[in-house]
Amino acid sequence: MEQLSLLDVRNKIAAGDIKTADYVRQVLSRIEKVESTVGSYINIFGDEAIDRAAQIDEKISAGQKPGALAGVPIAIKDNMCTTFGQTTCASKMLENYQSPYNATVVEKLLAADAVIIGKTNMDEFAMGSSTENSSLKKTVNPWNTSRVPGGSSGGSAAAVAAGLCSGSLGSDTGGSIRQPASFCGVVGLKPTYGRVSRYGLVAFGSSLDQIGPVTQTVSDAALLLNVIAGHDEADSTSVEQSDAPIDDYLNKINEPLDGLKIGIVRDSTEGADEDVKRSLNEAVEVYKGLGAEVVEVDMPHLDYAVAAYYVVATAEASSNLARYDGVHYGYRSPNATDYVEVYTRSRAEGFGDEVKRRIMLGTYALSSGYYDAYYLKALKVRNLIRQDFDKTFGQCDCIVTPVAPTTAFPIGQNIEDPLKMYLSDIYTIPANLAGIPGISIQAGLDSNDLPIGLQILAPAFSESKLLRIARMFEKNTQWHKSKPKIPSE
Amino acid sequence: MAKLKYKGLIGLEIHVQLATASKLFCRCAVEFAAEPNSRVCPGCLGMPGSMPVMNKQALERAILAGLALNCNIAEFTKWDHKSYFYPDLPNNYQISQYDIPVAADGYIEIETQPGQIKRVRIRRAHLEEDAGKNMHAGNYSQVDINRAGTPLIEIVTEPDMSTGAEVRAVAIELQRIVRYLGVSEADMQKGQMRFEPNINVIIEQNGDEFRTPIAEIKNLNSFRAIQGSVDYEIERQIEQFLESGTVMEMGNKSTRGWDDSRQVTVLQREKEEAHDYRCFPVQNIPPVKVTPQWFDEIRGRLCELPLSRQRRYTQQYGLSDYDARVLTAERGVAELFEAALKAGGDAKRVCNLITQAGMKLAKEAQINFDEFGIKPDKLAVLATMIDEGTVNASAGDKILTKMTQSEASPDKIAEDENLIQKSDESELEAVVDQSLAENPQAVEEVKAGGKKSKKARGFLLGQVMQKTKGQANPKVVSAILGRKLE
Amino acid sequence: MSKKIDAQQVKKVAMLSRLDLSDAEIERFASQLSEIVTYVEKMNELDTEKVEPMAHCLGITNRFGEDRPAESLGTEKALANAPDHDGQFFIVPRILEENSA
Repeated sequence: MEQLSLLDVRNKIAAGDIKTADYVRQVLSRIEKVESTVGSYINIFGDEAIDRAAQIDEKISAGQKPGALAGVPIAIKDNMCTTFGQTTCASKMLENYQSPYNATVVEKLLAADAVIIGKTNMDEFAMGSSTENSSLKKTVNPWNTSRVPGGSSGGSAAAVAAGLCSGSLGSDTGGSIRQPASFCGVVGLKPTYGRVSRYGLVAFGSSLDQIGPVTQTVSDAALLLNVIAGHDEADSTSVEQSDAPIDDYLNKINEPLDGLKIGIVRDSTEGADEDVKRSLNEAVEVYKGLGAEVVEVDMPHLDYAVAAYYVVATAEASSNLARYDGVHYGYRSPNATDYVEVYTRSRAEGFGDEVKRRIMLGTYALSSGYYDAYYLKALKVRNLIRQDFDKTFGQCDCIVTPVAPTTAFPIGQNIEDPLKMYLSDIYTIPANLAGIPGISIQAGLDSNDLPIGLQILAPAFSESKLLRIARMFEKNTQWHKSKPKIPSE
Repeated sequence: MAKLKYKGLIGLEIHVQLATASKLFCRCAVEFAAEPNSRVCPGCLGMPGSMPVMNKQALERAILAGLALNCNIAEFTKWDHKSYFYPDLPNNYQISQYDIPVAADGYIEIETQPGQIKRVRIRRAHLEEDAGKNMHAGNYSQVDINRAGTPLIEIVTEPDMSTGAEVRAVAIELQRIVRYLGVSEADMQKGQMRFEPNINVIIEQNGDEFRTPIAEIKNLNSFRAIQGSVDYEIERQIEQFLESGTVMEMGNKSTRGWDDSRQVTVLQREKEEAHDYRCFPVQNIPPVKVTPQWFDEIRGRLCELPLSRQRRYTQQYGLSDYDARVLTAERGVAELFEAALKAGGDAKRVCNLITQAGMKLAKEAQINFDEFGIKPDKLAVLATMIDEGTVNASAGDKILTKMTQSEASPDKIAEDENLIQKSDESELEAVVDQSLAENPQAVEEVKAGGKKSKKARGFLLGQVMQKTKGQANPKVVSAILGRKLE
Repeated sequence: MSKKIDAQQVKKVAMLSRLDLSDAEIERFASQLSEIVTYVEKMNELDTEKVEPMAHCLGITNRFGEDRPAESLGTEKALANAPDHDGQFFIVPRILEENSA
């Protein structure tokens, strides 16, 4: 089966060239074939997807104008609330949890006539960089099944790479969209903090979390962003149209940028693999060839981003995850004999190790006597990093960096070493701390034929420009056309 | 034993539920005694993915309360997570205000004795959410989340009170203020206003000063309980000090509950752990900037507060303290009173109408007197009718009763009900003459003077009133009688 | 070298976090958290005395909803995910009468 881009599928369905139901069946049969190998989904809505496809076909044949995502099979990370199926966060804690409401992004997808085909695997509560922290499912990298798909939106990235949906939504708190997109050779966009409503996204770090698209192409990401972006009354941190107007991100995507200035951060790739460095240099050359000017910039505080991030993110998480206590919903330990044990045992049995580690780290950073030294200090460092970006964006339109120091690493390699795992987020974390948008696109293959991603970062609310810069590269290279060979295909 | 010199040091922590239609961070209705767990949503249930949205009117009421308590209002304010685990707190954190309360550094005034004002300083007042309720039944507990998310202001005073009576006075005054401003219904029975006094005592003994350990008292649901518990606790702490010599130090603060039936405070179980609330800024609620324009708009909703109004009534209108207090207890009543004066009513007469017959009627109807909807100009007309003798005082009460039932004007009611007094001298003179003619013995007794004279005069007046079916103006009749019996 | 975070501290943090940990877990977390916290202290290389903490990500202020009640879930839906309920209330083992806040 030829893998169509999301945009192609949308256009063909809207034009009546293909039937939604036929296409959805095709995708479901592919899922049947390779999902047992890849393991990207926690929940697949096969029958519901076919029913919904039929409704959309009816709508189209009745001559009604279909929505922007007419008939497109979309997967969503299982930390976005849906009234259909469970919303598990890949945690034993929420294994059977049914949300009484849909996340705003889910409502928007449905309003645009998307077909939600399933909910994807992830690191438990989005905490991790490999999807190995899922308590419910194992996901592998479609390019090499002994490798991790990245994380935490590993299922969303693997599903797109394996052709098990036309596009998906992930969430990105410290790189959780961009890093798995890089590991799986797809496009991952983290919009500006405040661009997309977080209402119905199960919170990890509320000052860092952002929902974004994972797709095969930059144009697909632009189309999905068109649908999900915008102010939401239910999320007070989603920006109003008057403060940060939403563009039609797809409309001008093919227009190249004249006089583009690209920033590269001095001494920033020291810890990266040789293949990753080489790929970044080649990408810079591509931009130069397209007439871009390259400037070297200094960002002296980036070195401290991981440290600040793991304080801020875990502090917020320790509070955000306090609600999972076995009282009102979710897992309750059968071993609890009094009400305090309902808390302590349900949480001990319901959470995996990484979640416990982060809750404890965050609790420690906020606790009496440590607040100033850790949490407050981290907020100050966060400010320094934002100031670094502010200064840098005075000199260039965007910054290009690796997405991760390595390509997809072997399953099991880092799982026993939390700090090493944290350090692999070094390139993606700064964007979350500063709230700016970032995109990961494929820019190479390493010596093991694993995809290498290129990260582009741009100023807050300049997604339109960011997507055009990414599209410039994509249009002039062939990397996005390389696809994994899945053993069970 | 020589009389011990001591002084109570009492501060109050007060929670006041704001009278909003919906909750602080979600739009569930605020409703007392609704079906358990029916007024809840993903937000106040702490469900995954939910986010708070600040209720603007709740914040404005909090600011208004802060202004009424003479506080500085923060130009920039924000909210914080305050973490602790409890089943009635679904998020296991409360959204509260830690280091930047919306209001701070104010005071409340009470009248300790007529004309004597005492100021109790307010340290801070902040806006936060209430928790739900846990109820205990057998070996399990029931949790109702309905109340969770109800907006509260938490007011903290300095320890400026020294007796139960003062604490009670502050509590009553605060209730009057928040009711006046429509900030809260402040019904203690419904838990809309909750007081937690922090008490200790400075004791002077052999020239040294000692401070007893602080006790916080919970479960106070009446003003009587507030006063009783504070006075009891002061006594108890003095006794305990004399017995044990224990003084205040870090970590020996205790929590005690008030047992209303036994009129004692009882030590409550303490948490073993020290509290560590791990407060940090809420990320999902952007901070608030109170712009000068918005501030002025809210300040415009302030009105003259009850105590100052009460004092003005005694000074300006010569009303008794009691009457002034009754009139000012409810803002609507005070405003009706003042409007009636503006419409020409005499202060004392309008006051009597309201505080006597009026309050009785209101109590029967279980509403505030102003809620009858009587127009102030009609009240003024009625007062003038009584003053001018058009109707007598008891007829005035009857007319007022009718006025609570219909929109008719008092003069129309008086006419319809035949309540207008006869003041026409020539008409009444004929009746007086007739009465005198029929009762020569009484006439003699009056004329004779002495002991029986006064009684006989009363008898004759009664005869005239009887003949006129009570409609004669007694003043006019008295005058005629006086003339005739000279 | 003594650990940055010892078993005693892990126990305290676990208590605050309401996590029931085995002794083996406490030991493991103590060494992992020590390693992480030691790394985090890299921040101390920076002089941040004159730096404002970035308490909120966006510069926005004053986002409100109006005080108009909307529909609630109702008891049935509210209790639908509850591990234990009696049709009206969430049920937990008896709560000891300690002061909650």
